[in-house]
Amino acid sequence: MIFFDNVSKIYSHNSAAVRNVTLRIEPKEFVSLVGASGAGKTTLLKLLLREEDSTEGTIFLDGLDVTALTRDELHHVRRRIGTVFQDYKLLPTKTAAENVAFAMEAAGRTDAEIDEDVPQVLDLVGLADKMDNFPHQLSGGEKQRVAIARALVNRPDVLLGDEPTGNLDSVNTGEIVKLLKKINQLGTTVILATHDKQVINTLDKRVIVLDQGEIVSDNAKGTYQA
Amino acid sequence: MKFITLQRVIRAGFLGFRRNGWLSTATTMVMTLVLFVLGNVVFVGAFADTALRSLESKIDITVYFTANAQEPQIMAVKNEIEALSDVRHVEYISRDAALARFRERHKENALIVSALEELGDNPLQASINIAAIDPGHYAAISDFLAGKKYPVVEKINYFENQAVIERLSSVMGTVRGSGAILTIILAFIAVLVAFNTIRLAIYTVREEIGIMRLVGASSWFIRGPFLISGVLYGVAATAVVLLVFFPIAWLASPKLAFLVPEFNLFTYFLSNLVQFSLIMLGTGVALGVISSFIAIRRYLNV
Repeated sequence: MIFFDNVSKIYSHNSAAVRNVTLRIEPKEFVSLVGASGAGKTTLLKLLLREEDSTEGTIFLDGLDVTALTRDELHHVRRRIGTVFQDYKLLPTKTAAENVAFAMEAAGRTDAEIDEDVPQVLDLVGLADKMDNFPHQLSGGEKQRVAIARALVNRPDVLLGDEPTGNLDSVNTGEIVKLLKKINQLGTTVILATHDKQVINTLDKRVIVLDQGEIVSDNAKGTYQA
Repeated sequence: MKFITLQRVIRAGFLGFRRNGWLSTATTMVMTLVLFVLGNVVFVGAFADTALRSLESKIDITVYFTANAQEPQIMAVKNEIEALSDVRHVEYISRDAALARFRERHKENALIVSALEELGDNPLQASINIAAIDPGHYAAISDFLAGKKYPVVEKINYFENQAVIERLSSVMGTVRGSGAILTIILAFIAVLVAFNTIRLAIYTVREEIGIMRLVGASSWFIRGPFLISGVLYGVAATAVVLLVFFPIAWLASPKLAFLVPEFNLFTYFLSNLVQFSLIMLGTGVALGVISSFIAIRRYLNV
């Protein structure tokens, strides 16, 4: 379970990226965070990953206070959260397989586990034949699928998607969304930040609308008409 | 840290060094230059030291005794001089010894030899040669002797050589002092250049460092390979600089020996090779590791 307890992120006293957000996300849920640019979707995800520190409030991941962790402890929580970014954030000097393997190596998994899991997860995202390609040899949709494979490979409790389809065309967007749904069905909580109406409306899942850092609506089966 | 993690860190360090071929080459070259400067500082230091010592050994003062001075009286003076803490070495040359030396030096010259025969008596004076520990001390020693007003002492030649000795001793002081300052400045510049090169190398991969943090790598897991690369820069640069110094020492050796015959650069290089390599390796590795450690710190702050 993820719980944001009255969380605010204030840059200067006139501009708050996130203001007094209280939010509970149950395990295995699929939640979309929507809103215009600057509404605070990305900031909310960054706060959960502790890429940014909250100004006020606490954030819990299964009872663990994320906001209380020191820099040296952050990797423990990050291994439990897989993240997919709009700009993919793949390591350019590593092949697709190595990018995925890196997350496992960092988590201290054995070579045997890595040899077994990496091809499996790349197969799951449909890239079994491009394992040895470097990121610059892959299309945008393929890069994002590598990123998803990397996010999944440590079997995280939560998968965060920060505008994962933002740089993709509609065909690739559709495939990524299908993949996210499949991952969710396999038992992973998915939190998807997006401003793509098409994506939200085809999902038919819980939708939280943010505006200027505040939650303005939260519907179990929502749509988004911005 | 688990063994498998350590193994991965080391492997990643080697892989990074190899895959970033150009960057590694450039960084190694800069580091090589740094070590080259440092090596030259060591050589120049050794050369200057030998040169100065050779000059210093040539300075002394001589006390001449009157012709009728008796050996026990001279010995009494000699003992007093030897008791001085500034004195390194005292040599007594009797009248007979002085004559023998004189004859030896001029045995080719028939005129001088025959003149000596003609004279019959020994015209030379007994003397004491004094070498000080520090050339700056000659004035004090000389003043001390003059102050004693020994009846048997005819003259002290310091007063004749005073200007030369004082100038030489002040030159030596300046050379040593400025040498030390120059060494510090050069070393400082060299360290800055090496540090900045490594900083630049790490700056180019700052985004990757951030990504690694976000996908759950611990600080040490990310930092480790860069420290290993830092070690490799140091090792590679040491290897290159040693290879460069062999021919340089060999070629420069005769030219330096011309200036200071006591100094043989190539022999000095070979006989101190282990020590020299260790200094280079220690400096290179320390510089690589410390620079990497400092440079990566801010990018790990994700």
